[in-house]
Amino acid sequence: MASKMEALKSVVEQVLGDRLVQSTLALDELTIVCKAENIVEVASLLRDHAELSFEQLIDLCGVDYSSYKDQPWDGPRFAVVSHLLSLKHNWRIRLKTFAPEDDFPVVNSVVGVWNSANWFEREAFDLFGIVFDGHPDLRRLLTDYGFVGHPFRKDFPLSGYVEMRYDPTQQRVIYQPVTIEPREITPRIIREETYGG
Amino acid sequence: MAEIRNYTLNFGPQHPAAHGVLRLVLELDGEVIQRADPHVGLLHRGTEKLAESKTFIQSLPYMDRLDYVSMMSNEHAYCLAIEKLLGVEVPERAQYIRVMFAEITRILNHLLWIGAHAIDIGAMTVFLYAFREREDLMDCYEAVSGARMHAAYFRPGGVYRDLPDSMPQYTVSKIKNARELAKLNEGRQGSMLDFIDAFTQRFPTYVDEYETLLTDNRIWKQRTVGIGVVSPERARNLGFSGPMLRGSGIEWDLRKKQPYDVYDRMDFDIPVGVNGDCYDRYLVRIEEMRQSNRIVKQCVDWLKKNPGPVITDNFKVAPPSREGMKSNMEELIHHFKLFTEGMHVPEGEAYAAVEHPKGEFGIYLVSDGANKPYRLKIRAPGYAHLAALDEMSRGHMIADVVAIIGTQDIVFGEIDR
Repeated sequence: MASKMEALKSVVEQVLGDRLVQSTLALDELTIVCKAENIVEVASLLRDHAELSFEQLIDLCGVDYSSYKDQPWDGPRFAVVSHLLSLKHNWRIRLKTFAPEDDFPVVNSVVGVWNSANWFEREAFDLFGIVFDGHPDLRRLLTDYGFVGHPFRKDFPLSGYVEMRYDPTQQRVIYQPVTIEPREITPRIIREETYGG
Repeated sequence: MAEIRNYTLNFGPQHPAAHGVLRLVLELDGEVIQRADPHVGLLHRGTEKLAESKTFIQSLPYMDRLDYVSMMSNEHAYCLAIEKLLGVEVPERAQYIRVMFAEITRILNHLLWIGAHAIDIGAMTVFLYAFREREDLMDCYEAVSGARMHAAYFRPGGVYRDLPDSMPQYTVSKIKNARELAKLNEGRQGSMLDFIDAFTQRFPTYVDEYETLLTDNRIWKQRTVGIGVVSPERARNLGFSGPMLRGSGIEWDLRKKQPYDVYDRMDFDIPVGVNGDCYDRYLVRIEEMRQSNRIVKQCVDWLKKNPGPVITDNFKVAPPSREGMKSNMEELIHHFKLFTEGMHVPEGEAYAAVEHPKGEFGIYLVSDGANKPYRLKIRAPGYAHLAALDEMSRGHMIADVVAIIGTQDIVFGEIDR
């Protein structure tokens, strides 16, 4: 298995050439990083090259790295991570790209390459506010109609900002600021490498 | 001449054939669908965000509640992802138990699917038949975990406890007399494995019963043959997996191609469709039930012969035995640390996928070394399938949308997460 992934790694490195920023092999999974501007080109190569033929986009999601390891994160904050699968060669790859700007993250859309990206990109836009340039129908998907903000960003509180209830005097459902306090029962802890022997 | 305009129709969210909370905005030309726009998210609970604020073990029960008709398969993917990052070994017996319950779950899921799908397009009886068999399998869930649905039985490193030696029995009540009781308890005299064994003996005849009701049924064929046809090329491009992909004629099953746990030791076949329509997908799922039954049988035979531990002895991952915890200081400390602080998963990222009854269910886990996941992404198979509803239903009648929703086996717990 390991040799198969190494073979894949060398093929990918050879095909993508200098479009490849980084490629790492860990836990029997190959992760490649490419620049946001040539994501579509890289995606087409990965799909169409006979020795790779990643015909399926299994998953695409956003990741917000701003509080990784509970330290300030240097480098771009938002990443778009796709998982590709080749039915022909029976292997997987993880394609990662970072949005160059943190305030207004934009990445080119891969809907033209894999149609399954449509809803996955809508979800990443909804939850992380990553804008996919070239997406045919970039609307919110999972959150409420008229929702404000992007809830999966790390600076969005777990309890949110608004809650809704039925108001008997106005006889309709209203939004109001949340009345619950966020609480954390188990604190988040990162131990040093050799903790506890 | 009057101007003819398309009109839009709201299908759901309270429609019984919408399988939960699907709001489907249909743009119609007469009765023909021009565009279908599913509005999802009415059941969005933010499971992935909640998991970021909970320890690894605390988020495990959330997995049951994703696809609430195939509970243990969801846990399976979650446990595999954590085990991959931790690098722990799962005892062999635990792997067999997991495979057995994953297949029981597949039968459970397909039974509910066939009942709901049939009732949606006009066949009432199958629903009642399917729930009879579900009852037996739910009892297995209950016997092993105490819960009929949300089991939380698979744990990182194995399964929570070994299979019980005896099957729980019905007791006397106001509405059950002694004769009825004896009949109900007839199959429950031996161990749980005997009960499952007896089930695998009689289950193929049950599947035959469903097939007599449906396979050659004229109305059933009129409603499903040639409806929602997906070509293999489109199925690949739309990210289909599981029976949806196999119905289109692509032989792909993660249990065979990328085996996890002990699937590589199991003997079973992968059914494949030809035309890629609703009827072929129905046939594929029917055959999958038979194959799952074969796998369950093989697991039962192995488990009867081979006792052993069912969870890893790494106390940083799994709790020590109750006895050890009460008598040994070190194990008490392990127990305390595990249930207060939780396990620490090494820094890194992993993707683990299982062949869920609905398709490929994957967990993408990013850990930064803390006792909670940094990011957890759930790849739900139904999500990709529902996204293709627009393409599948275009040009069909309104009534066919119901058949297409049924064939996709939609469950909103996993789509909305």
